Amino acid sequence: MDWHQIWDIVSTPDNIPIVALFFLVPFYTWYAFRQGRANDRLIAQLEADPEAAKTHHRKTLPFKEGWTREVHVWPYLLRIEFLAAIIVTVILMVWSITLNAPLEEPANPNLTMNPAKAPWYFLGLQEMLVYFDPWMAGVVLPSLILVGLAAIPFMDENPLGSGYYTLKQRKWSITAFCFGFMVLWLAMIFIGTFIRGPGWMWFWPGQTWDHSRVIFEVNRDLPDLFHITSAWGKGIFGAVVVAAYYGIAGWLLHKVIARKGFNQRIYKRMSMLQYLIMQFFLITMLLLPLKMIIRHAFRIKYIWITPWFNI
Amino acid sequence: MADEKQNGKGGLIGVLEKVKGDTKDLKNRALDEIQSYKDVDKTQLYKSVFRVKHDESQRSRALGILTNVFLHLHPAKINRDAVRYSYTWGMGGISFYLFVVLTFTGVLLMFYYHPTKGQAYRDIMYLEADVPFGTLLRNMHRWAAHLMVITVWLHMFRVFLTGSYKKPREFNWVVGVVLMLLTLLLSFTGYLLPDDQLGFWAVTVGTTMAMNTPLLGYAGPFGAQLGMNQFNDVRFALLGGSIVDANALLRSYIWHCIGIPILISIFMAVHFWRVRKDGGISGPSPVMLESEIKELKRGAVVAPMKSGGR
Ligand code: HEM
Repeated sequence: MDWHQIWDIVSTPDNIPIVALFFLVPFYTWYAFRQGRANDRLIAQLEADPEAAKTHHRKTLPFKEGWTREVHVWPYLLRIEFLAAIIVTVILMVWSITLNAPLEEPANPNLTMNPAKAPWYFLGLQEMLVYFDPWMAGVVLPSLILVGLAAIPFMDENPLGSGYYTLKQRKWSITAFCFGFMVLWLAMIFIGTFIRGPGWMWFWPGQTWDHSRVIFEVNRDLPDLFHITSAWGKGIFGAVVVAAYYGIAGWLLHKVIARKGFNQRIYKRMSMLQYLIMQFFLITMLLLPLKMIIRHAFRIKYIWITPWFNI
Repeated sequence: MADEKQNGKGGLIGVLEKVKGDTKDLKNRALDEIQSYKDVDKTQLYKSVFRVKHDESQRSRALGILTNVFLHLHPAKINRDAVRYSYTWGMGGISFYLFVVLTFTGVLLMFYYHPTKGQAYRDIMYLEADVPFGTLLRNMHRWAAHLMVITVWLHMFRVFLTGSYKKPREFNWVVGVVLMLLTLLLSFTGYLLPDDQLGFWAVTVGTTMAMNTPLLGYAGPFGAQLGMNQFNDVRFALLGGSIVDANALLRSYIWHCIGIPILISIFMAVHFWRVRKDGGISGPSPVMLESEIKELKRGAVVAPMKSGGR
């Protein structure tokens, strides 16, 4: 166990934000889910008792007869904003006094940094480079992430859970979002920061970064397994496999999503276009874990090989 | 003669008396006036700045918000539960505050920084060694930037978890996505500016991606077929050259200090305006029950409502 190596990585000034995220994200998830569960209990109670639903206060927050619905911004909101500003300033001051921003040697194109890492918030993308070519990991997938995020309000036809925390009423959307945010984005950043060492090789926490280490990895491509050798053959084969993946994954997802009960009700509200777009983004999201699995389990690198691009 | 003398003397005394009297008048006037200045909010100067009277009344509290250009982004009154920290986590507001801090420290940094090769790195060393509070200034700018990335992500997380992107706030969510992209780009363009190994290699890695852009990058799919080469693709446009060098530093600097701050300010203005126009903050609103969903009118397919489900 090389504690020194661990300390080196954790205490690198630019890595502090990720260490902070390590605590902040679980905390706020817990904070939100706690309120969600409280609301869910209230919902269950009201759903069981339609009479009470007509008169009962519909929040888990206290409300008493005679209280006004609204309060003045001054002072009730401004004082909070002021306090928040002071607290943030104090945190920043303490952080800035105790920890210096890094300054390495002057830029030198002839002296390659190893590992050369992007800023921490882009390390998820850099980590994806292991599984996808740069045009996918660096351009297409990030664009899809942004477009996919922007499309969320237009795909989510579930009218429940607008303006309050809940888990039960939005199981699907919350699961999908948390999977994307925590597994596909944050976990990849953690790996890129704490695990990847020289040569972007995998070093377990506590393993010394060995600059002369070489890993012999024999990666194969999927067409090779089927002894397809011609360029045409590989191109067509890959296209068929990818199309089949979208077809099968879509069908399976459809089985799960639109099968029964509440999900089916929401499904019926969606237009065909909405549904297909949602399917596309969900299936594409699953592409990353899938490629990770086939790489690590079967040492398969590319699925689809053409003269212009490989996936 | 004696008379005259007396007269003369009397004249002098008279003048003295008069002056004394005048001085007293003047003094009283001055005292009165000073007294009146104590009521600061009655002065012309004050009234010209603050257009309305401020007192203890409810109306005055509301006007205090509405007539102030910096505060009028707020409504005069809000839902009593909306001020709870547990709902918004304050992350949107904190992101904005951090942006203000970054602008302030950034302008100060600009006084000490030249975006030219050779000079840039020395400026940072100088800043850390010789400028009073220079290290603190640089640290604050850097850590506030990192913190802003975190708070923006957490803000988005809470907006998602409260379902606040649902009707009628869809568009503001989209504006938010653009704001997040701009926040990341702002941070990234700043990374190169110290012109050290860290920034240099981060930007080298980053722009290698641009080189691989489909169609527009010379190493990307169909790039070469479309006539892209090292000297005309997107990477060249970003770097102002085929390698990360002086032009890249200048372009980075201009995007970082001028281009993106202007863009993000515009989008923030729209964002805040839309928060108001969409009816203020989305909650915490009363919970809705499944039985209360209104069926859509689209098409004729209305399945019989099933009980149960979730
Ligand atoms: C520079 C970045 C951003 C700033 C300064 C900012 C600022 C704010 C502020 C001050 C609010 C008021 C409520 C609150 O504080 O939570 C707000 C609300 C909102 N923001 Fe942002 N925001 C930013 C980025 C984003 C992002 C990345 C998203 C989503 C992708 C987003 C979506 C929204 C939405 C939908 C609302 C309305 C929420 C509601 O009504 O509950 N914003 N924003």
